[in-house]
Amino acid sequence: MSNPPSTGLRSWLTTTDHKRIGTLYFWTAFAFFLIGGLEALIIRAQLAQPDGSLVSADTYNQLFTMHGTTMVFLALMPMTAAFFNWIVPLQIGARDVVFPRLNAFSYWVFLLGGLFMNASFLIGAAPDGGWFGYVNLTGPQYSPGLNIDFWVLGLQILGVASLAAGFNFIVTILNLRAPGLTMMRLPVFSWMTLVTQFLVITAFPVITVALVFLLFDRTFGTNFYVPAAGGDPVLWQHLFWIFGHPEVYILILPAMGIVSEVLPTFSRKPLFGYTVVVYSGVLIGFMGWGVWSHHMFSVGLGPIADSFFAAATMLIAIPTGVKIFNWIATLWGGQIRFTTAMKFAVGFIAMFIIGGLSGVSHASPPSDLQQTDTYYVVAHFHYVLFGGTVLGLFAGMYYWIPKMTGRLLSERLGSWHFWLTFIGMNLTFFPMHFIGLLGMPRRIYTYAPELGLGTMNLVSTIGAFVIGLGTLALVINVLWSRRHGEPAGPDPWGGATLEWSIPSPPPPHNFDVIPTVTSRLPRWTTEHPAAPSAPGSAVHVPPGSWWPLVAAAGLPIMASAVVTKLLALVFLGAAVLVFGIYRWAYEPFEV
Amino acid sequence: MTHATSMGLDSRKLAFWTFIGSECLLFGSLISTYLVYKGQSVVGPYPHEILNIPVTSLSTFDLLASSLWMVLALAAVQRGDMKWAKIWLLGVAIGGLIFLGFQVYEFTSFVHEGLTLQRNLFGASFFLLTGTHGAHVAVGVIWMLTLWVQALRGRLGPQNAITVEIAGLYWHFVDVVWIIIFTLVYLLQ
Ligand SMILES: [Cu+2]
Repeated sequence: MSNPPSTGLRSWLTTTDHKRIGTLYFWTAFAFFLIGGLEALIIRAQLAQPDGSLVSADTYNQLFTMHGTTMVFLALMPMTAAFFNWIVPLQIGARDVVFPRLNAFSYWVFLLGGLFMNASFLIGAAPDGGWFGYVNLTGPQYSPGLNIDFWVLGLQILGVASLAAGFNFIVTILNLRAPGLTMMRLPVFSWMTLVTQFLVITAFPVITVALVFLLFDRTFGTNFYVPAAGGDPVLWQHLFWIFGHPEVYILILPAMGIVSEVLPTFSRKPLFGYTVVVYSGVLIGFMGWGVWSHHMFSVGLGPIADSFFAAATMLIAIPTGVKIFNWIATLWGGQIRFTTAMKFAVGFIAMFIIGGLSGVSHASPPSDLQQTDTYYVVAHFHYVLFGGTVLGLFAGMYYWIPKMTGRLLSERLGSWHFWLTFIGMNLTFFPMHFIGLLGMPRRIYTYAPELGLGTMNLVSTIGAFVIGLGTLALVINVLWSRRHGEPAGPDPWGGATLEWSIPSPPPPHNFDVIPTVTSRLPRWTTEHPAAPSAPGSAVHVPPGSWWPLVAAAGLPIMASAVVTKLLALVFLGAAVLVFGIYRWAYEPFEV
Repeated sequence: MTHATSMGLDSRKLAFWTFIGSECLLFGSLISTYLVYKGQSVVGPYPHEILNIPVTSLSTFDLLASSLWMVLALAAVQRGDMKWAKIWLLGVAIGGLIFLGFQVYEFTSFVHEGLTLQRNLFGASFFLLTGTHGAHVAVGVIWMLTLWVQALRGRLGPQNAITVEIAGLYWHFVDVVWIIIFTLVYLLQ
């Protein structure tokens, strides 16, 4: 058996092992999470008092734009990808994803896209048009600099990474399930991954087109969004939010999946209403496509459109609410163990309820008109994306990192992490509801003392630094436990799903023998016999490959052509991409 | 190397179907934009002044025919008749090249008549839509030529007919998209 190299830089650059790629995603997303968090802290420091003067208005624009863009595309989505990579193949009893080299390609494209976008800081021209990049602010007339070019091209590159991963994971989940693992026995996390990836492959082409129009307007002088030529800036809003609302579910569904694994394990009860939770997730995926214009009520689309999208938005709260009841019912009467993972999962439910309720409050157009573009909206989506997605991801870290590293995280530090984060986020974001309703607009770099919002803003800023302390506890915990954490053993929590049946960390081929599944909770419902010892040398582990990295490198080279105005780079980048793909296609590589 | 898959469907083929689903949204967005912007241009040339239905019907017919050659190529590969497989694969590639030739001719004559990317919304949305489709055809041509070279070197046979089948899926999809574009852009002005 030809094992790939297992240490050294080369082994990481050429790896096609889903676990190693998951680890790469984890650390990269973690680093971007810290960068995005740092941007948030500077924003909050600037707003701590009226007439703040820490940063200029220009810098402030770059900070909030990059905070949003970084958190959505470079921190949260890739962190969910880290869990998809690590956990999905283990949960479905597979030795890897279906296309390991495509998986490596996704990671490298993501990394290079993230670096490309952040390289803009080096020349002092970071994107500054908001994470939603509304035209005509982002058009050539009002944003002549390179800032928006970096944003447009960076997102295009990142889109390629997401799409490639989407195809890979859909096919992996549909096609590589262990014998007996029917769709209705599939762990909820894997189910939510599947729904998420369907949203990815259908939502990203839409923003791709929107971005191409913007790129053409900026680079080639077309008039897609230019009103004087008959173009319509609202077209951008439609295309962006047709992508943007499903994107919200792309961010939250994986967290819902994580929580649906953590709650049953630490309640020692099967998930209440598995079928309903799964179908609600699928329904959310479908309905997520019909609500985008609730981001555009203030445009004035007319009563019919407004009523339709208001009704659809209120309806989508139903499957979400159903899930919340299922989670609470799972806790009911369970033997609850309040581990850190469990604390974060329960915190997720509580915070997500608040975020969901404030969301319903701007499903109604008249109410939304009072709230739109104020801090109320900032409060809402941070309860959903921080209180929901981030807390869910933290739950996932405490639950699955022991599987990844073989060592438990410290529960003591974990407790500090949880309480600092939980208290900090409520201090930060709860006052924003009032700050917004009292009239403070979003994306304003400072405010007058006469508004009387100084105290609440100060509280919010203190809260943000408390979250920062909590995050520090997490960083210390993750680094410390790598060496000093207690050995986890294969199954530290008594989990029900297949990933807990193999050693931690798992061997390169995961399963000595592919398991046969007979129930939804394979480790709870059957006596688990010791895994039959397998002829280890017969398990084939695919070798590494350089070509995904080479092919990925072609994309940022092509994108550089726009910001350097060197046409030759397009051809060079395309040549690198095509060369990489051909070598990849002709490489003898068996999975 | 074949594995038993949960769905009983080859993984590459399944992946390709998801890719086609994704592409539908891409072309859907481009076509929608074209339709939304129809009649919004503030200066000419306008579609009815410039679109040449007879010429484009010819190129459409050529692309349709190439889909038939594709079917024949796959059938030949599957039954191991590599002589005809090579002929039909090359036929598909040439059909695609002829289509691209028509498109180059169309684009240059439009530019001569004053319709450029920058001229008006019709120009921008038309060139971007049909250009994206043309780029897909170009990728398909390269793919077909690659398969043809493989066949010449004796590396293509019934055992890897699946690669031809997937290339065929792509080709038929690109063809279907063109039928939609031809109908919506050229016929229903
Ligand atoms: Cu929305």
